[in-house]
Amino acid sequence: MSADLTELYQQVILDHNRRPRNRGRLPTANRVAHGDNPSCGDQCSVYLRLDGDRIAELSFDGSGCAISQASASLMTTQLKGKTTAQAEELYRQFHDIVTTGQTPGEISDLAAFAGVHTFPARIKCATLGWHAALNALKGDAAPATTELPSD
Amino acid sequence: MPTWPDVRADFPILHQRVHGHPLVYLDSGATAQKPRAVIAALVRYYEQDNSNVHRGLHALSMRATDAYEAARARVAQFLHAAEPAEVVFTRGTTDSLNLVARGLAADLRPGDVILTTEMEHHSNLVPWQQAAQASGATLRYVPVLGANAEGGLDLAALDQLLTPQVKVFAFTHLSNTLGLLNPAADLCRRARAVGAVTVVDAAQSVGHGPLDVQALGCDFLAFSGHKMCGPTGIGVLYGRRARLDRLPPDATGGGMVASVDYEGARWKPAPERFEAGTPPIAGAIGLAAACDYLDALGREAIARHDQDLAQLAYERLAPLPGIRLLGPATGRRGLVCFAFADVHAHDVVTFADEDGLALRGGHHCNQPLMRKLGLASTTRASFYVYNTAAEIDVLVASLQRTLKFFRG
Repeated sequence: MSADLTELYQQVILDHNRRPRNRGRLPTANRVAHGDNPSCGDQCSVYLRLDGDRIAELSFDGSGCAISQASASLMTTQLKGKTTAQAEELYRQFHDIVTTGQTPGEISDLAAFAGVHTFPARIKCATLGWHAALNALKGDAAPATTELPSD
Repeated sequence: MPTWPDVRADFPILHQRVHGHPLVYLDSGATAQKPRAVIAALVRYYEQDNSNVHRGLHALSMRATDAYEAARARVAQFLHAAEPAEVVFTRGTTDSLNLVARGLAADLRPGDVILTTEMEHHSNLVPWQQAAQASGATLRYVPVLGANAEGGLDLAALDQLLTPQVKVFAFTHLSNTLGLLNPAADLCRRARAVGAVTVVDAAQSVGHGPLDVQALGCDFLAFSGHKMCGPTGIGVLYGRRARLDRLPPDATGGGMVASVDYEGARWKPAPERFEAGTPPIAGAIGLAAACDYLDALGREAIARHDQDLAQLAYERLAPLPGIRLLGPATGRRGLVCFAFADVHAHDVVTFADEDGLALRGGHHCNQPLMRKLGLASTTRASFYVYNTAAEIDVLVASLQRTLKFFRG
């Protein structure tokens, strides 16, 4: 196995892929957004319970490759308790990590995704859940029971 | 298994290393590699004859026109069409199917039915959805049988579905995900009995075995050059003369008009009527060279080679723990599609790439079928004349390593 591949599939990523955190619909969610990657069929829904401007709880659901699922899982652990502005800043840093491979010191587990930058086709996999989360933050409040339009 | 000892030497691209390993190209279902003879035909055309067709009176234009029309005759012969005028050059299968779907939609009314199948590629599905929307016709699907679609089309249901309201029956000859060859001649015969126009998507089949449009009895047949060793950007819509003459043109402009005045225009007969603008001249010439190449190998032999490799791949993959294989266990054509519940296709493809293997991962432009089968995405290995049994060993070994990595 090549060094690039080992770097891509870090232990943290494999762990989140095998045992995803915060997976499934969140019954108390007041925001939901769906993301998909039409070129590969990966799907990710993110459920948020916003308390004012703060993410009180969140979860994700969907199907996709190890990178997309682990990224969404890890994201849910990072965004809990964050404000919209903090979430956007975290995404900006995450995006830098997966596109440049450079990791700022203060970011912990997200640095596991640095290996993605040598596989440009997989950047979309890593950012899918984040896009859904940011859309959910921007979107109108919606009941969590609403059927997702593309399901 | 038929083998052509020198066949791999004909394909320059195969002789390279990817990530340090010899390239194992198992993605011919997406696009086939090109033999030197096809590449040489393109180079020769551009270096010696390049000019516009049907326009100039100078030597180069006449040479280009002759070569372009000779390519049409060569393709007609390859398909066993009744005459070259039944061959319309297009940009590819998708373009051909859009042309015929839009053209036929003009004659459809509410109450009419367009029949297609649950196994269609998006290119033979979305244009019919559009045709139904534009005309008010109803779109119906022949079901696919089996949890892994191993049963193919439900031919008993077809009897109920093929009512006199069916005006068009469009179906794939060879499924790009199931590796299953539909009984096209029988389907055309049954459709003809109710007066339906038949449209066959031959993208996966045309370069992979014998094909005779008159024996199939189809009205239209669409395919791409690039999946049969030809260039990209060239495709064909075959139309039986009587049908083609009634099909309205799609794109209009230069080259397809008999005469134009400020009030309007009159069309040329088929095939020029469907070839507005400068056509893909080099593409047509390259496609004719691909026809020569495949006929020289022998199309019966190509079909046997395809089937033998697909059968071998199916048998070698089936014992892998947790694998789910789509399509029939026997009698399959040159591809295998598979999925693992715990390892996603894109991870499989990324690991395979590291071993020099080119595989396809995704929904294969077959989203509705994938959804019906409860799959988001699968991995596909597809074979062609240059693939070998040893390459299937490389595939199996790579998959075993990937599964071990993810399962620990």
